[in-house]
Amino acid sequence: MHTHEIYTVHSIYREDMKIVGYTFGQGERSACIVGALRGNEIQQMYVCSQLIQALKELENNNCISTGKQIQVIPVVNSYGINVGRRFFGVDNSDLNRAFPGNSYGEQDRRIAHALLEDMGSYIYGIQFASFYMEGEFMPHVRMMETGYQNTSLANLFGLPYVVVHKPAPIDTGTLNYNWQDENTAAFSLFTKTNREIDEPSARQAVAAVLRFLKRMGIIRYDSHSGYISHVLYEQDLSDVYAGHAGIFLGLVRPGDDVRYGRPMAEIIDPQEGTVRETILAPTDGIVFFAHTKALINQGDIVYRLVHRLHE
Amino acid sequence: MIETIVSLELPVGEHLAIRRNRICYREDIRSLGRVAIVSGTHGDELEGQYICYEVARRIAEQPQHLVGVVDIYPALNPLGIDLASKALPVIDMDMNRMFPGSRDGNAMEQIAAAVVDDLIGADLCIDVHSSDIFVQEIPQVRLSEEFAGRMLPFAKLMNVDVIWMNATATVHEATLAHSLNIMGVPTMVVELGQGNSINISYGNQVVDGIFNVMHEMGIWTGEVPPSQLPAISSDGKVEFIRSEVEGIFLPRSKHNHFVCVGELIGEIVDPMTGQVKSRIAAGKDGLLFTLRNYPVVYEGDLLARILTGIM
Repeated sequence: MHTHEIYTVHSIYREDMKIVGYTFGQGERSACIVGALRGNEIQQMYVCSQLIQALKELENNNCISTGKQIQVIPVVNSYGINVGRRFFGVDNSDLNRAFPGNSYGEQDRRIAHALLEDMGSYIYGIQFASFYMEGEFMPHVRMMETGYQNTSLANLFGLPYVVVHKPAPIDTGTLNYNWQDENTAAFSLFTKTNREIDEPSARQAVAAVLRFLKRMGIIRYDSHSGYISHVLYEQDLSDVYAGHAGIFLGLVRPGDDVRYGRPMAEIIDPQEGTVRETILAPTDGIVFFAHTKALINQGDIVYRLVHRLHE
Repeated sequence: MIETIVSLELPVGEHLAIRRNRICYREDIRSLGRVAIVSGTHGDELEGQYICYEVARRIAEQPQHLVGVVDIYPALNPLGIDLASKALPVIDMDMNRMFPGSRDGNAMEQIAAAVVDDLIGADLCIDVHSSDIFVQEIPQVRLSEEFAGRMLPFAKLMNVDVIWMNATATVHEATLAHSLNIMGVPTMVVELGQGNSINISYGNQVVDGIFNVMHEMGIWTGEVPPSQLPAISSDGKVEFIRSEVEGIFLPRSKHNHFVCVGELIGEIVDPMTGQVKSRIAAGKDGLLFTLRNYPVVYEGDLLARILTGIM
């Protein structure tokens, strides 16, 4: 294992923020894996740290294929992580909206530029990402419909789902979008959580990356075959909304099989304790995303269901 | 008449409501010209608060001169204004990167969509922004080149000092201005002053411009003060000056005056040692139309902008 500094941010009173890449094997730049671009992506950082452990062991056992190099960047926004802030710097910039960046602008743009300079030449790019809505997901691979996406490749991770998402204007600043622009086959992996460590889904994520690397001939490794992924388009998910605001009591979780008309959640009046709303399943299906925070606003999406799919 | 264009419950005894004051003294609203003045997308940009107030006050003072419709939206992000937060609180997202919104999205996306729906049909929309809390700006209109042909005649009447074409992200995709222009509502971004404050003199200058535009459109028949001719630029004539080191920035020049090559604009100092780390001088002659006010800087932070080629 070798380490190198990809970019360093200097602050007047804080210690330098060093973005460090950990590389395994030598030769063709085969796969690059990135963790916490945001300060709340603790699970993403943890998954990368476990991946580094696994790759270190594989390298010691000569199981990195000859002529292949893998890089893991577990943390980008360590300044944000250390102060509990999602975004970077005093102007609160979202690093996952700063790509492709440039070498002469604000720090967020320079960081994005340096990262893309370093990572743009890899054949496969894997980002452990987070969604703008906080909640729990079924583990999945997310791809943008840019014309370069390849769902067959995404299947090789062996996760339960592959989701194809049509990019909105706001998505053009993400790492995934710009990686694809650089001809890197880019995948965003979502595990269950962000701020909290979820050990089972972290293990599943590490296994999924190792499975993918094995199937692409980058490592020699025996692993379970995983799932034959169910590929779905984001617009086909059935969204379930909160008709009222209040305290949210979820009755189902990601992966649960729900039936039409059955209760999925209750929204409680936060002062009187009465039930303001019982949210009923609008269709049969599997829960793909669940709101998990204690409070909910009227109009928020509380669940996303994979319509008419059963366990 | 003050109307609520969208309202969603918050968890405890409150609604997030976006309100519009429609000022019109005639019955035949549909046949009248309509100007919309929008502000408060970023909760820490408050110059628009004075501009909205002053427009409403002047109309109320001489209502006989209003022969059209003036819609005033002072606060698109009322929770952000309450907290001096640029972003939408709770989800910590920039509202001006969420347009045109989505009726099927989360609560905040629904709000963005409702705002756009309400603005459709306006003959002109003026989206008032302050600068952020870091730099101060002279009154300016920012246009993307894509829509400059249609918007320049309006912009020239706005009594601003500068029209900056193909400017920053404030006029780019996912912003309110870009979304409305795409949908056929002529929209220009006005930027002035500094975040978290109000410059009444700048505000009056822009309000004079708004009445000038309304007069030209036949919506206002009262007298209007003479309008100044702005300098018109493109990105090629704007010189950006950025920090080369981290430290504390001390401005040594006055905002909004002409500087000559070599003139000292500011210094970056180290309070620990008493040393000047960097002296920043003008590289070209021109108007110092942007100057940093917020002292803490990282490498790459914007210190000043000079509009060249206008002396």
